[in-house]
Amino acid sequence: MRFKVFLIKYAEIGVKGKNRGSFEDALVKQVRRALRKLHQSFNVYKQPGRIYAESEEELEAEDVTGALSKVFGIVGICPAVQLKEGEFDDLALSVTDYMEKMYGKDCDKSFKVFARRTKKSYPMTSQEINEALGEKILDAFPNMHVDVHEPQIPVYIEVRDSFINLYTKIMPGPGGMPVGTAGKLMLLLSGGIDSPVAGYMVAKRGCKIDATYFHAPPYTSEWAKKKVIDLARIVAEYSGPIALHIINFAEIQMAIYEKCPHEELTVIMRRYMMRIAQTIAKKNECLGLVTGESIGQVASQTLHSMAVTNAVCELPVYRPCIGLDKQEIVELSKDIGAFETSILPYEDCCTTFAPDHPVTHPNLERIELSEKNLEDVIDEMVEKALATDEILWVRPE
Amino acid sequence: MERQIYLDNSATTRVDDRVVELMKKAFLSDYGNPSSMHVMGINSNAYAEKAGRQLAASLGCEPKNFIYTSCGTESDNLAIIGGALANSRTGKHIITTAVEHPAVTESVKRLTEYGFETSYLSVDESGVIDLDELKSALRPDTCLVSIMAVNNETGAVMPISDAGRLIKENNKKTLFHVDAVQGFGHLALRPASMNIDLLSISGHKIHGPKGVGALYIAKGVKVKSLMVGGGQQENLRSGTLNIPGIAGLGLAAELATKDIEGKRKKLFALKSRLARGVAGLGDIHINGPEINEGAPHILNVSFAGVRAEVLLHALEEKGIFVSSGSACAAHHPGVSAALKAMGLPDKYLTSAIRFSMSEWTTEEEIDYTVSSLGELLPILRRFR
Repeated sequence: MRFKVFLIKYAEIGVKGKNRGSFEDALVKQVRRALRKLHQSFNVYKQPGRIYAESEEELEAEDVTGALSKVFGIVGICPAVQLKEGEFDDLALSVTDYMEKMYGKDCDKSFKVFARRTKKSYPMTSQEINEALGEKILDAFPNMHVDVHEPQIPVYIEVRDSFINLYTKIMPGPGGMPVGTAGKLMLLLSGGIDSPVAGYMVAKRGCKIDATYFHAPPYTSEWAKKKVIDLARIVAEYSGPIALHIINFAEIQMAIYEKCPHEELTVIMRRYMMRIAQTIAKKNECLGLVTGESIGQVASQTLHSMAVTNAVCELPVYRPCIGLDKQEIVELSKDIGAFETSILPYEDCCTTFAPDHPVTHPNLERIELSEKNLEDVIDEMVEKALATDEILWVRPE
Repeated sequence: MERQIYLDNSATTRVDDRVVELMKKAFLSDYGNPSSMHVMGINSNAYAEKAGRQLAASLGCEPKNFIYTSCGTESDNLAIIGGALANSRTGKHIITTAVEHPAVTESVKRLTEYGFETSYLSVDESGVIDLDELKSALRPDTCLVSIMAVNNETGAVMPISDAGRLIKENNKKTLFHVDAVQGFGHLALRPASMNIDLLSISGHKIHGPKGVGALYIAKGVKVKSLMVGGGQQENLRSGTLNIPGIAGLGLAAELATKDIEGKRKKLFALKSRLARGVAGLGDIHINGPEINEGAPHILNVSFAGVRAEVLLHALEEKGIFVSSGSACAAHHPGVSAALKAMGLPDKYLTSAIRFSMSEWTTEEEIDYTVSSLGELLPILRRFR
C-alpha cells in the first residue's frame, strides 16, 4: 500500500535530557539526507517524541523504509494514515476502510486497538475509543477476533491536536544514535573485512567519520585503491560523507623493509601508519582513531603488538571489533553490504611485504631501537608521505 | 599522467576514428531494425551487408559464411559447443591444445558434461604444438579439433595450415575450429585453403568496437544454435543484429587486413627493437618462439627477480600499460597456464610481462619503455 505520512520513532535519544533538541535535529538532518535518494519532496519535522516525514506524493512504504534503513537513531518506522479530526463514526469508517485495503474483507487475524490521545479535549477517553473501535472492527470483519495479549494486527490510533494518526505496522529501524551527535573519528581503512565494520560500528554510535588509506604503488594497484573507495562509499551509506585521505606509503614501507628486522616490519609499519593517521586526524578535528583490530586475529593484533602500536598514539584508539570473532565480523560485513567488496583479491600494503614469521610479542624498547635505524630519513619521509595526501569526498550513492 | 604508452593491444585496442564515425552514423541516423519491413530496415541492413562483404574480402570467402556474435568468446562457444553437438554423429572425441583461451577450454569442458572426451595437445618450450602429437591424437571418432591461430600470451603461431591438412586426411568429417581472435589482422588467413571449417574473430582486438564478434562457418558445415528466439541469422543466432557493432567490425576488418605484409614488417621491427632493448636488462627470458617466428605484435618477457604485477604497476606509473603473464600474485598463485605448459622455471613464471603493440606504436615509445625498464628494474629487484 502507498502512504504519504511516515512516523519515525526513536528511543535512546528520547532520554537524553537537555541535549534532546540537538539529538532530534541531528536525526531530522539524517532522515532528510537519506530520503533525498528517493527524489521526492518530503516535509521532515519533529513533534514531541517523534519525527514525521510527509511526502507530497503517495509512496510505497517499502521504498521509504528501505531508504531509512541505514539512518541510525531510528527504532521504528510506521507508514501512517493521517485523518482529519471529526465525529467518531467518521473515524471508525476511515479505520475499517484502511483495514480492508490493507488486509482484505476476509481477514481472519487477531487485533487489538491501542488508542492514545494527546488532545485531552477529545470527547472520548482512550479506553472508550479502544472499546468502541473494537466493536466497529468486529462488525466490519466477521472473521477477525480480539487478542489483547499478542494481537497479530495492532491498530494504533493517536489523537493529536489537529489530526488523528492511524497505523498498524512498525517496521524496525537500525537503532543506534544519529550520526553527528558524537563528534568525528579517523578510521584507518584498509581493503579488508574488519575496518569497514569498525567504521560502521562507530557511525552507529553517532560518530562522523574521516578515513585514511595507505597505498604503496607499484606494490599495490589502482584497483586496490578503487576497492577502498568503494568500501568507503558503503560505510558512507551509514555515516554520511567521508573525507578519505589517501597516503602514499611506499617509500616508508621500503625504508622499513631495508633497515629494520623483517619480523618487525608489520609492527613498525603500523606504528608509522598510526602516527600519520593521527597527524591527519588532529588537523581535521577528529577526537580519536578507529581500527578494525580484534584481539589475537593476526600477529599485529596480539595485546603485545597493539600495546606497541598504541604507544605512538596520543589520541584514543577505538577498536570496536576487539571482542568479535572473525566469523562475527564477517556476518556484520555481510549485513552492511561490504563483504563482497572486501574479499576482492587486490593486495593491500599490509600484505605486500608481510614477513613469513612476524613477531607476536614485540617489545617496545626493541622496536624503538629498530626504529633508530630510520632516524636519518624517516621524518622527511613522513613529511613527504603527508604531502601526498589525496583527499576524496566519498558520498553515499 | 603526461604520457600514455599503450602496449596492451592484445587485451584490447583503441578504436579507429573511421570506425567510430561509421558507427556513429549507424547509431544516430540509420538506427532502424534490420528486420523491419520499412525502408529504415533496409537502410540499416545495408550496413550488415557491407560488413559481410568486408569480412569476406578479409578472409577470402563469401559474405554468407559469417554469423555475427557478441564477442570472440561467444564465437568460440558457438563453434565448439554448437559444432560438436551438430557433428556428434562423427563421434564424441575432441582435440584442443593446453594453451587455448578459456573461451575454448571452458566450452570443451562443458561438452565433457555431455559425454564428450577430450585430448589436450602439449606445447614445446616455444609454445607451439607438435604436429606428430596431433597426428597420433586424431581418431576416427574425432568430431572437432580446436587450435588457436596465435597464442594470446606468448604470440606463438600455431601451424594451422598443416594441422588442417592432417585433420582432413584423417577424417573429412572432423570439424576444424580456429580461434583467430589474436591472429586475425596479423596473419594472412584463408579458411578455405587451410581446411578451416569454423573461425572466430573479435572486433575489439583490431581497432574495432567491443561487444561484437563473428564466426566464419564454411559452406555445408552444420552448427547447432545456442541462442534461440526470433530466428535471425539463419536461425543460428537469434537476436536483433547489432548493426553499429557489425558495421564497425566490418570496417575494422578491412582496415586490419588491407596491408598485412606492410603491417607485419613494421610490427616485427618494433618487436625486435624491444627485444634488443630488454636483452641488456639482467636475468630476462623471452617467452615464446624466436622473434621472427611468433606473431608480430606480441613479445612476452620474464624479468627474474621482480613480481610481474609489481613491475606492471611500476610501468603504469611511467604511463606505460602492459599485461602480466601471471595473475594476481602471492595470494593467488594463478600463473599462466600457457607459460606453465611451456615448462618455464618459477622465477620466469612469476615475472612474465606481455608487451603487445599495434601499428600505431612508435619506435620512440619502445625506446622510452626500454629506458623506463632500465630505471625501474634495479630498484624493484632490490625489494623482493
